[in-house]
Order: sequence, then structure tokens, then C-alpha cells
Amino acid sequence: MNVETAVLPQKRFTIKHGSWLVLSLLALAVVFAPLPTGTAVPTTHTLHLEASSFAFSPAILEVNPGDLVTIELTSTDVVHGLYLDGYDLVVTADPGETAILTFTADKSGTFRFRCSVTCGALHPFMIGKLKVGPNLLLWRGIALSVLAALIGLWRFRQ
Amino acid sequence: MSRYDLTRIPAVKTLVVNRWPQFILRAIALAGFVVAILAGLFGTPVGSRNLSIVFVWIAWWALLILAAVPLFGRGWCTVCPIPMAGEWLQNGAVLGPRKKETGDWRLVTGNLQSPIPSLRLRQWPKRFRNIWLQNGGFALLALFSAVVLTQPKVTAVILAIFLFLAVGTALIYERRAFCRYLCPVGGFIGLYSQVAPLEVRVRDMAICASHTEKTCYTGNADGYGCPWGVFPGGLVKNTTCGACMECLRTCPHDNIAIQIRPVGADLTVARGRKLDEAFKAFIMLGSAVVYSAVMLGPWGWLKTTAYNVGSLAWLGYALAFLLFILGLLPGIFYLVTWAGMGQRVNLRVVRQRFTANAYALVPLGLAAWIAFSLSFVFANISYLWPVLSDPFGWGWDLLGTAVTPWTPYLSRIVPILQTLVLVGGLAWAAVTARKIAEEKRGGTALPAIAYCFFITVGMLWLLIG
Repeated sequence: MNVETAVLPQKRFTIKHGSWLVLSLLALAVVFAPLPTGTAVPTTHTLHLEASSFAFSPAILEVNPGDLVTIELTSTDVVHGLYLDGYDLVVTADPGETAILTFTADKSGTFRFRCSVTCGALHPFMIGKLKVGPNLLLWRGIALSVLAALIGLWRFRQ
Repeated sequence: MSRYDLTRIPAVKTLVVNRWPQFILRAIALAGFVVAILAGLFGTPVGSRNLSIVFVWIAWWALLILAAVPLFGRGWCTVCPIPMAGEWLQNGAVLGPRKKETGDWRLVTGNLQSPIPSLRLRQWPKRFRNIWLQNGGFALLALFSAVVLTQPKVTAVILAIFLFLAVGTALIYERRAFCRYLCPVGGFIGLYSQVAPLEVRVRDMAICASHTEKTCYTGNADGYGCPWGVFPGGLVKNTTCGACMECLRTCPHDNIAIQIRPVGADLTVARGRKLDEAFKAFIMLGSAVVYSAVMLGPWGWLKTTAYNVGSLAWLGYALAFLLFILGLLPGIFYLVTWAGMGQRVNLRVVRQRFTANAYALVPLGLAAWIAFSLSFVFANISYLWPVLSDPFGWGWDLLGTAVTPWTPYLSRIVPILQTLVLVGGLAWAAVTARKIAEEKRGGTALPAIAYCFFITVGMLWLLIG
């Protein structure tokens, strides 16, 4: 083949390619950028949690990352349990009794806890929240949503 | 847009045209359906120990919303057992058309005989040839969802009502009137089937135009006329195609194909956009938001309110729910659509744009349902193992799994998956909104995208906040 006369397809780097590259880099930055999870000195928390059909009270618990957390779970009617998502911890409380769950809150974010013992019709929906420091997943999700919206607003041109 | 014709593969064509594979799947589904009704009626009232609740609302729902709808569109309708009994009665046959009947009353539109000798099958009333009844049916069911999803007897009664309605309509109206116009599940499957990467379409329109017999619609010795009352040559969207495969059997010119296509191809087809489908998008999106708050939120009072059907608090909940899905969500969308068009536009045009723009909510709505279901399904799917061994909760242990403990799966990963699904749904909705806006000169996607953005942030807050 005559190399001098061969016509090779041109692979131009267009504005569209550049836009996608910028957007992809921004998305990667949003997903992987290290963000502070709080500077509070770890302390010990004892939280009293009451379980009754079909709610926990209080429904939302808040601690800081690194805190030593003790949850005192008291059931006021039937047998209830507590399963903590993300930490995969479980404790069960008989009616009128208090069960203890102690752990170090070494993962930050917001975690659901749910009743682990069938307690009635709405049992699968008996849910509470444990907030450990800032909810970075939520903020990253919102930032990604901004980028996702931009994809629609930004008319990529060749 | 490029398509790949799956039915050019002989094995696929054989599998689809042969009635047995579909019949076997439907028969299995029918058996499961009947057992679910029996378990609901006669089994334990504890939902998490009763097959009717666990099988229908966890296992089947997971299969439907996480796989069947996004991948196969109306794939569930292909094997749904609910219309089977009615069809058997209507057709006078279980598997295929009886050869000697070819060309007679069973196959000619407008002259169909009911299985009840003195009756003639009617056409579905014109004023109801839309999905408003399905919209109403879904909204009605959704009002009672906290009870339906947790009480085995209620689930069994609902399933039985579906079955009786399907048989009843088959005795009075021609074809699958229940599926096309009444089934609340079929309504939203149709809406979301527009995003699926599969479609049933004709290969060459010219062949259809010259084929005067239109056996795809009237039927022949090889199959029934379209049970969904659709002429395949006119199909531009998946919404009304039940993927029953009859037209692949009846077309004498081998002119109908199952194709792999770009996902969401129907959403930017301007033809056939309707207000009833637009409202279906709002009803589905709004229901996903409400369900996420009621079932997955930390508010016990809200769950109790939704559960105490008939109480004053429940009436308030029901009213608020209906106002949200039928008033607030579409109302705000109408206003932002109008605002995006400027003030000197007549209301008819605003309504057209409102309807068109609402199709951008379809991928977002599906993403919202998937995100909601991920949490619900993975937290509760382990209830399936005990009920497989003990479907009625009577102390059986058929498979040795009766005492398998409840264990939530993937609890660390699910919130990440939910985030990705919701963000992906928003990106898809935003691109769709832009394409729809570009259909008209001077159209803007900004209002629809902003609307979708706020809904997404709301769902993120409800599910992972």
C-alpha cells in the first residue's frame, strides 16, 4: 500500500467529545472526591429507643462518626427486634424488657434500622434511621443529579 | 434507528411461534396464582408467613419491576395467567384455534359469539377505549396499599376479583378487554414498556397494506386475531401491544418480528401521545413518592394512618394522596409547561405540550419504582424461603427451608444502587425532555428537567436521606 496516498479516517476531538469528557470527569470527582465526615471528638452515647407497633421512638437517632453507641431497645407491646442496615447488627427485645446493643459507629452516613421480628401486619415497614455524621451519599447523589439534569439542558454539538 | 430482528434466528422464531413454551409458562403462572389465592384465603393471617403476600408482593413484584418491565416491556403480559380462563371460554379451545372453526364467528370482528349461547360478543364501549379506567383502578388500589400488601385475605380477594373480572369481560366483550382497558397492572406495564429494548413490529408496511385479509387482526387456522384488538401494521409504540405473539403465528408473509431496539425508542415518537397516558405517568410517579414515604419512611403515624382504612385519618390520607397524584403533581407540571411557553399561547397548545412533555416522566417514574423496590425487595426477599416450604403457614417443611431466618440482603449496597438508578432515571428523563422539546421550534426542556430534578432530589431524600 502506498502510505503517502492512503486516506485515513480523521478522528477529530469535537466539542461534543470534550463536553462528555468534562461531564465524566465531574461525575467521577463527585463520586470519589474525599469529603470530610466531621471533626467531632468521639464520645459515648447511650440512646433509649422504644419499639411499639409499628414505629420506633425516636424514629431518628444521630451520632458522630467514631462514637461508641449503646442502644437500649425497649418493647412496649409485643416482641420487637432491631436490625441495623449497613452494620448488619441485630438485637431483640421481649415485651416490657430492654435489650442492649453496643457498637462503634465506624461507618458514616444514614442507615435504616428495621424490626427483625414479625410483630404484626405492618412489620415489614417498621423502620427508623441512624444518622452517623453527614450523609455524603445523599449529597453526592444530589450533585450527580445536577450533572444528570445538565445532560438534558446541554445540547451537545458536533 | 437501528434494530436487530431476533426472529431471524430460527430457534427464537420456533420458540415464539410454537404454542407450548408460552402455554407451559402460563400454566405454571396460573398454578402459582391459584395457590396464592388459596393461601391468602385459608393460610395464616401473618403476611410474612403466607405465600400470597410473599410470592405476589415481594417475589413477583421484584421480577416484574426489576427485570420484566425494563428488559421485556410487556413480557409479563406474555405469560400472565389472568386472562387464560376467559380466553378458553371465548375461543372454545385451550391451546390453539380449532381448525374447523377457521373463518367462522370466532375470527370475524363485530360478529363474535359469546360462550353464553344467546349472547353475541360486543365491542368495548368507545368512550372507554383508553386507560382512564386503568388509571382509576390503580389509584383506587394504591389507596388501600398498606392493607393489600400486608393482609393475605385482602390480597387473595383482589386476585380473585381480577380473575372474575377477566372472565366476566371475556363473556361479554370481544378479545382481551380486561387486559387492554381494565387491568391496573397492565396499565402501568404498558406505560413503562415504552422504555424496553424489545418490540413487536411489522417488517415491511407495504406487505401489510397489500394483505387484504389482515389475518393478524382477524385470525386464521394458525392463530387468533390480535387479542388486544390491535392491527400490528399500525403499531408505533409498545403501549397497546400485549406481546401475546399471536400475530407472529397468523401472518402468512412472515412479516412480523420481535426486534431489539434502542431503549426508550417509543418516548420520542410524537404520534399517539395521549392525556390518559400522561396522567398514568403522574399517577405512577406520585405513587412511588407516596409509597417511599409511607412504607420506607420513619414515620409510624403515617403507616398507621394508611393502614386504618375507613378511619377519619385514613380519609384525610386518601384525599391527600389523590390530590397529590391527580392534582398537585400534574398541576405544577402544567404550570411549568405553560411558563416555559410564554403567556401568549392558547390553552389547547399548552395541553398538547403538557401531554408531550409528560412522556419525559416515564423513565424517571420507572427509576423511582425500581429504587423503591430495591429497598423493599432486598430487605424482605428472604421471607420467600420459609413460605416455599410452608406456603399456608401451617407448619409444613416441604423443602427443608421453613425455619430459614429473615436476613436483609445487600443492605450496604442497596442505597448506592438506589442513588445510581434515580440519577440514571433523571439523566434519561432529561434527554427525553430535550428531544421532545426539540420537536417544536422554540421549545424548551428547562421546565420539565427542573421538575424532574426536584422529584429526584425528593426521592433521594426519602430513600437514602
